[in-house]
Amino acid sequence: MSEHKISRRGVLKAGAATGMALSTPLIFTSQAHAFRNDPGDAKSVKFGFNVPQTGPYSEEGADELRAYKLAVKHINGEGDGGLLNTMKPLSLKGNGVLGKKVEYVTGDTQTKSDAARASAKRMIEKDGVLMVTGGSSSGVAVAVQSLCQEMGTIFMAGLTHSNDTTGKDKRRYGFRHFFNAYMSGAALGPVLEKEYGKDRRAYHLTADYNWGWTQEESIKNTTEGLGWETVNTVRTPLTAVDFSQYITPVLNSGADVLILNHYGKNMINSLTQAVQFGLRDKQVNGKNFEIVVPLFSRLMAQGAGKNIQGILGTTNWNWSLQDAGSQAFVKSFGAEYGFPPSQAAHTCYVQALLYANACEMAGTFNPVNVIKALEGFKFDGMGNGPTEYRAADHQCFKDVLVVRGNENPSSQFDLLKVVQEVPRSQVEYDPAIFGGELGPYEV
Amino acid sequence: MSILSMQSSRKDVVLMIAFAAAVLAMPIWLEPFGAAYPDLMQKFAIFGIFAIGFNILFGLTGYLSFGHAAFLGVGSYTAVWMFKLLSMNIIPALIFGTLIAGLFAVLIGFISLRRSGIYFSILTLAFAQMSYNMAYSVLTPITNGETGLQLAQDDPRIFDAAAEGSGLPLPELFGVTMQDFDGLAGFYICGILLIIAFYISLRIFRSPFGMKLVAIKSNQNRMGYTGFNTRPYLLVAFVISGMYAGLAGSLMAVTDPLAGAERMQWTASGEVVLMTILGGVGTLIGPLLGAGLIKYFENIFSAYNEQILHDIFSFLPEFLENFMVFIVNPFVGEGWHLTLGALFMVIVIFLPGGIMEGVNRLIAWVKRDRSGSSGDGKAKPQASEG
Repeated sequence: MSEHKISRRGVLKAGAATGMALSTPLIFTSQAHAFRNDPGDAKSVKFGFNVPQTGPYSEEGADELRAYKLAVKHINGEGDGGLLNTMKPLSLKGNGVLGKKVEYVTGDTQTKSDAARASAKRMIEKDGVLMVTGGSSSGVAVAVQSLCQEMGTIFMAGLTHSNDTTGKDKRRYGFRHFFNAYMSGAALGPVLEKEYGKDRRAYHLTADYNWGWTQEESIKNTTEGLGWETVNTVRTPLTAVDFSQYITPVLNSGADVLILNHYGKNMINSLTQAVQFGLRDKQVNGKNFEIVVPLFSRLMAQGAGKNIQGILGTTNWNWSLQDAGSQAFVKSFGAEYGFPPSQAAHTCYVQALLYANACEMAGTFNPVNVIKALEGFKFDGMGNGPTEYRAADHQCFKDVLVVRGNENPSSQFDLLKVVQEVPRSQVEYDPAIFGGELGPYEV
Repeated sequence: MSILSMQSSRKDVVLMIAFAAAVLAMPIWLEPFGAAYPDLMQKFAIFGIFAIGFNILFGLTGYLSFGHAAFLGVGSYTAVWMFKLLSMNIIPALIFGTLIAGLFAVLIGFISLRRSGIYFSILTLAFAQMSYNMAYSVLTPITNGETGLQLAQDDPRIFDAAAEGSGLPLPELFGVTMQDFDGLAGFYICGILLIIAFYISLRIFRSPFGMKLVAIKSNQNRMGYTGFNTRPYLLVAFVISGMYAGLAGSLMAVTDPLAGAERMQWTASGEVVLMTILGGVGTLIGPLLGAGLIKYFENIFSAYNEQILHDIFSFLPEFLENFMVFIVNPFVGEGWHLTLGALFMVIVIFLPGGIMEGVNRLIAWVKRDRSGSSGDGKAKPQASEG
């Protein structure tokens, strides 16, 4: 056996080991203050695109994913740059974000809160994404947003129109570019009054979840403000395909306006069936029977075909807009995929860019700084004119489009005609009216 | 079948220790599979509990319930309500989630167990679909319909109103939240409950009660002729299995405080049947393996996209790479159901006893191989018990 000698090397080794052991708690505490999924020196960062690939909103989901892929290209400096050319103010340099290349992972929300949260969790915990974005349902958006708040990961909401998303369920880590039901109501009101008068009887069919509820409420408030009477409000399940049992009672209700608070395939089916039941050819109370679809999209118009012609609604954005931003986006989307983008694609593309730009502005991926960069951020050239991310509720404020199903479409995509661009001032509201709290910056 | 042979309790101790070690070490050995992240490991444990419970009914008595997801949903809703009303501590949520699901099982079991075979399956399916549709329609004040039941800032939470911070509270166990230790806290709570659930299931399998259940499976009429009233035993098995589902459901709410009606849909009931058959009906470990496999497919395979496939096959020449991606692409991503379906068919055709039959055949093959050379294949495990 060897004798016990205390060598210099041994002492140094022991000292280093003791130091390591003692500093371990410090490492842990410093990690506790760092943020989740800090990319550190990595060459790339990951975004998580969580969109419905199956279920009633799958069409929108597919278009959202196309837009996200395009956004990643443009952020990384590939392709023609898209809205990077028109966005003002712009911090992105076309070399990724803070010099790191952007990669992405995808997931299927199935338009179910459970599945969407599981998918978002996988992205955050396993794939290490810095930001989750997407979704085409407010139920899912609210669920994922509250998860992201718990996890300390920023959520850039995709297509979600419920007042709740930035109202009673708003979160510090959640941001919405899309407009909401309140704005739809405020924008649609004057047009409805002009077109259909002050003496109408409305019947609502409403998708039975938080988006449908708030839209029904907002539209009801607006139309009752005009002097309309609400005959009945009926809730229909999101998974419904056959709406005949809901439409038959409308015929005998004495109503002369049917308001469809439906979206996606729900709306395509309910509108088609309402037209097949002959509602639009009817005369009630001496007036033409009318159908209103408060939230419109081109994808739905495409699905509903001729039935959409002449029907009024609102939309966040339409590809036929003539400003530089919209045209740049339509051009690069069209060059990539061969057809114009939907409003879902537009809002998702813009959201991805806004997040990347905010990181560049903040000079870090730390969500606390990124949130502060986004709050109150004013920008232009993204297709909606001057826009502001209101700090009080993380809702974007911009002009709202009132549209009508085109009577004489010049192409299979030319389905919506802009009736009026309602200015931001007309759709603004006090953030306090919906209640809710943003919550803390640090989680 | 192995369940009939009364094995020594010593062997069970070894099994129990090995099982506990395997569960607790999940974060280590799942790492190479890309599955060692908290959410998926929690799912493994939760659906493991669900499948173990289902197996107590289906595996032992042969009664195929097609409505077990209803108990899962009831457990979830109850747990979230406990968070809303009582406390963010998970203990009341777990206890009440399990108990209410048990009560619900008494009700459904009492009616459904008047029939057997396919009629029993259809009855349970009908009850589950009724619960699902009611959660979406008349019960929306309790279930919040499509949006799902969620926590809110202004919930009463009568037991912990004092320590109200900003933001929504998280489920916790005496101050340890489910997100602590990089989410491992949540997993270990599920994991430990899984071990307990497995132990109880083991005791049931080995007990006289378990024997009676197996006797019902092999010939219910004969049991009746010998003077046994089988229905109370069946009902107890049904309720135990419903409580397992309720525990799994409340754990789902514990790890993620949200409850949606889609948890009660018939596809969710079908899933646990698949898990059990895939793993091996009537075996102790089988349902767990089935649950793990299905959840792994659902979460990992479904996330593969073309980009990842190109990375995987990037070692091949370009045209071969593109060809392979073209071939494999339909089977991953949205196509993961296809792969699962194919796997299911292969297993049902070639291994009717599920994965466990495959494992047993493998063990038998290895043993035969070894007994040919040395003949002490049996001595080995005993030595390790020492």
